[in-house]
Amino acid sequence: MMKKLLLLAFFLSFAVGATANAADKTIVLDGSTTVGPIAKSFATYFTRKFGIRVTVSESGSGNGAKSLINHTCSIATLSRPMKAEELAAAKKIGVNPVAHVIALDGLAMVVHPGNPVRSLTKAQISSIYRGTVTNWQEVGGPNARIVVIQRESNSGTEDSFKELVVGKGVQITRNAETQASNGAVKNRVSTTPGAIGFLGLGFVDRSVKSVAVNGIAPTIPSVKNGTYPVTRPLYFYTDGAPSGPVKQFIELSKTADGRRMISELGFVNQ
Amino acid sequence: MAEESAGGQNRTNAFVVSARKRFIQRVTKTVGEGTLLAIASFVAIVVIFIFYFVAKDAIPFFQIRGFQEFFTTTGWYPADDPAKFGAFAIIYGSLMVTLGSALIAVPMGVAAAICLSDILPFSIRQYAKPVIEMLAAIPSVAFGFFALVVLAPLLQEKGGLLMMWAWWLIAAPFMTLMIIIFADLLTTNIADPKRRKQLNLLLTALFGLIGVALLYRVGSVLSSIQILTGTNALNVSIILSFMALPTIVSVSEDALQAVGRDLREGSYALGATRAETIMKTILPAASSGILAAVILGIMRALGETMVVWMASGNSAHIPEPFFNYFEAVRTLTATIAGDMGEADQVTGSARFHVLFAMGLLLLVISFICNLVSERIVVRQRKILSGQ
Repeated sequence: MMKKLLLLAFFLSFAVGATANAADKTIVLDGSTTVGPIAKSFATYFTRKFGIRVTVSESGSGNGAKSLINHTCSIATLSRPMKAEELAAAKKIGVNPVAHVIALDGLAMVVHPGNPVRSLTKAQISSIYRGTVTNWQEVGGPNARIVVIQRESNSGTEDSFKELVVGKGVQITRNAETQASNGAVKNRVSTTPGAIGFLGLGFVDRSVKSVAVNGIAPTIPSVKNGTYPVTRPLYFYTDGAPSGPVKQFIELSKTADGRRMISELGFVNQ
Repeated sequence: MAEESAGGQNRTNAFVVSARKRFIQRVTKTVGEGTLLAIASFVAIVVIFIFYFVAKDAIPFFQIRGFQEFFTTTGWYPADDPAKFGAFAIIYGSLMVTLGSALIAVPMGVAAAICLSDILPFSIRQYAKPVIEMLAAIPSVAFGFFALVVLAPLLQEKGGLLMMWAWWLIAAPFMTLMIIIFADLLTTNIADPKRRKQLNLLLTALFGLIGVALLYRVGSVLSSIQILTGTNALNVSIILSFMALPTIVSVSEDALQAVGRDLREGSYALGATRAETIMKTILPAASSGILAAVILGIMRALGETMVVWMASGNSAHIPEPFFNYFEAVRTLTATIAGDMGEADQVTGSARFHVLFAMGLLLLVISFICNLVSERIVVRQRKILSGQ
């Protein structure tokens, strides 16, 4: 018995030592599910090239900001700028968030592939999400009820969408369904004939159909030159000016390899 | 003489424990009992602490916003400005999916338990019960994934058809049973055996015709239903009922087994059939245990988070009409899980505390459920023991 306990204690101390050692060499990222794919492919690349471990969690922009404030990550990934309250909370405990724009992203409005609607105006989308338009017929589609899909309150995508399309301070209809990630929204839209949802441009594939907003299709050029109306920057946030491996990691977005990874994932370089 | 006394000494020595040993024994006994008591009280203290800490963060919400908004209005906009914290629709959603899952799981679970304990032979039961209990070992996120990726599209495409088949499968045997029983009951007073038989046949045919018409009519109504969105209260109720089933089956089967051979054999000895024995003897005797099983199962459904978060659609509104299970709903647990990330202590205090208010509400509901079930079990025991 005693022997077993000693053995256990030995292993535990070893494990603690191991994590403590790893902490110096690990970059921890937390935050947006939209920025997640970029962060992950950067992480794989970075680990392979420099031998430094990078862990990426995707828990939403809000959680990312919280993690940075609580010192549980070295880089917070956000799909929206930090809010005034978050900055105030950070300042209060001596954290100084610094924003780095790493890429641009268009928010694509997506519908079921069988939906004939090709284009919506911003005002139409806004009425759909406010609940004043409930049938596809009213926006030039078939006679079918609209299933409105939004993201949870934790999501930077949801915040951007509200700000860019619905308008600040406007309530989204309480009939709107809420999904927890870009992937879940895509899944629901691709399997529900009457659904409409919004996705980061990088998540759009053939399983859903993206519609043009104000007549402009969400494409990489239209996002880049700013003509697509629902465009937003994506951020890495650090506590103070980055240095060492963290700085190297962030500057990856400016290197040729980094830019290639960003565009391969469907996002847009600045 | 000396030898004899020495022998006596030896003999008594075998039973007398030395003072040192006695001391060690007493110490180990105290330490052992103390440790067990400490562990037991720790568990109780944990419960009290959870209550305390949840309440501590929940009460500020009611201080800031009062009770009326939370319990009576339906606007849930915690992130907007101005924020709205009307949780009535969310409480309603929780109750709705819990009721839905209970409606599916309780009859199924109790029927399965009866089958396991009184109908299947022992050799089959030995294998069947562990298989059913294995359902409980499936992680809830796997259930949630299934609900979102498989069941939701299936309900949208073939929901009406599925419901028609379910209705036929459930209603047809029940109706057959009912028809036979009613026809027998209505003709039992007729003295002439020949006339009785004729009338019985006539009634059976008549009821049968009505039954088939009903089966067909309701079936065709069900099959014409077009489900707009598959992530709805029905989807979640079905999945939650599967999750509650192992608890209900396993605990009620134990309760039925605990009734014992003597009551069963007594009933058979009095000439009762197996159906009569089950309905009139075993079920009443095991009812308190079955009720405990049902409440345990319901608590599982009420407290489940992952499945509802993934597959209920999460829209904070009361369906129209209010019993419409084909609409998306939002539950207390899913709201806590989904809104927690953004709601930090440092940003927006009401928004943070409202989630604890919901947690407290869930705690209070399960506490009341436990108390009620405890009460019923005690009273049932008193009735059974003839007091």
